[in-house]
Amino acid sequence: MSFAVELVSPSQRVWSGQAEMVSARTIDGDLGILTGHTQLFGVLVDGTVTIKGTDGSTTDFNISGGFLSVANNRVSILTESVN
Amino acid sequence: MGAQLRIYRRRMRSVKATKKITKAMELISASRIVKAQQRVTASTPYSLELTRAVSAIATYSSTNHPLTTPSEKPIRAAILIITADRGMAGAYSNNAIKEGEQLAGLLRERGLETVSYLVGRKAVNYYRFRNRPVAASWTGFSDNPTYENAKEIADSLMNAFIADAQSDVNGVDEIHIVFTEFQSMMTQNAVARRMLPLEVVENSEPIPAGLLPMYEFEPNAGVVLNALLPRYIEARVFNAMLQSAASEHAARRKAMKSATDNADELIKSLTRLANAARQAEITQEISEIVGGADALASASAGSE
Repeated sequence: MSFAVELVSPSQRVWSGQAEMVSARTIDGDLGILTGHTQLFGVLVDGTVTIKGTDGSTTDFNISGGFLSVANNRVSILTESVN
Repeated sequence: MGAQLRIYRRRMRSVKATKKITKAMELISASRIVKAQQRVTASTPYSLELTRAVSAIATYSSTNHPLTTPSEKPIRAAILIITADRGMAGAYSNNAIKEGEQLAGLLRERGLETVSYLVGRKAVNYYRFRNRPVAASWTGFSDNPTYENAKEIADSLMNAFIADAQSDVNGVDEIHIVFTEFQSMMTQNAVARRMLPLEVVENSEPIPAGLLPMYEFEPNAGVVLNALLPRYIEARVFNAMLQSAASEHAARRKAMKSATDNADELIKSLTRLANAARQAEITQEISEIVGGADALASASAGSE
């Protein structure tokens, strides 16, 4: 089971593909997303976003604030800048 | 060489030198359009997602946010005009400035004062020459804007918007943006849009088909909207600046292409004139020689 993930910044699409799990830190605390998550829109704080791809790879991104939206098995992470 | 011929040759040399410059500028602009277009495309996913989110919140939540509700008695409106730093782009900057004037006229009819925010040296010079007040201006990045530039501009607009227009002379109730929409290589249109209070449904960027998701908000809709709207404005300004940059390059390419074509025409007609002048000179020389020989012949015939 997997879902589509997109990590976008204003100037480019940083990461896109299928993933098994995404974890990120919102204002309220850490959040993990698996397939079939309810529709959600959250505010992210500075921190690390981890995307576990279907090919078994795990990628970490350091983001400075942003948003996370989950809808119809599609996750988009919007951030101003990625390191 | 006759004086006439020399003058024609001199003019041809100068036109040829100008043509070389305009040709080079045409080629440079042509290559930059592609890059600028790619930047517009690259920024689309981000602004599209933000637009979707803002639309979803505005549609499904009853949050009353100052940024989404129009003021009951608006006093002042800010106009952000995006133009070029350099000329040589035909009517590109003038069109944006004219569109801005028109918008200002409409706003004044509604009884609003207007406050100008300018991007690009061309607009700044236009306003300075007419001694008009300018709230803020930014120059130096019109052909290659970065997100930081857009952020700076959006920040100062947001500050003006958040300030209460009734009590603060710097506060505004509405924010409008005038920029040049890039439609294709041949067509660019100066357009005016209202940014705040929100006009969430945009004609130019239709929201992708399908119903907007019924989001659950974390922590709640109000906080999300507070965090989202400034980013949304930044993304709108950034997108407008990128489109304007692409339009600027396209307009410059077109202007330089017609300049090169005109130089070609000019060189052609000057060549014709120079040829005629040279031929006239030769004809005159021949008739002088023939006349001289005749005179000599008749003089020597008379002496015999």
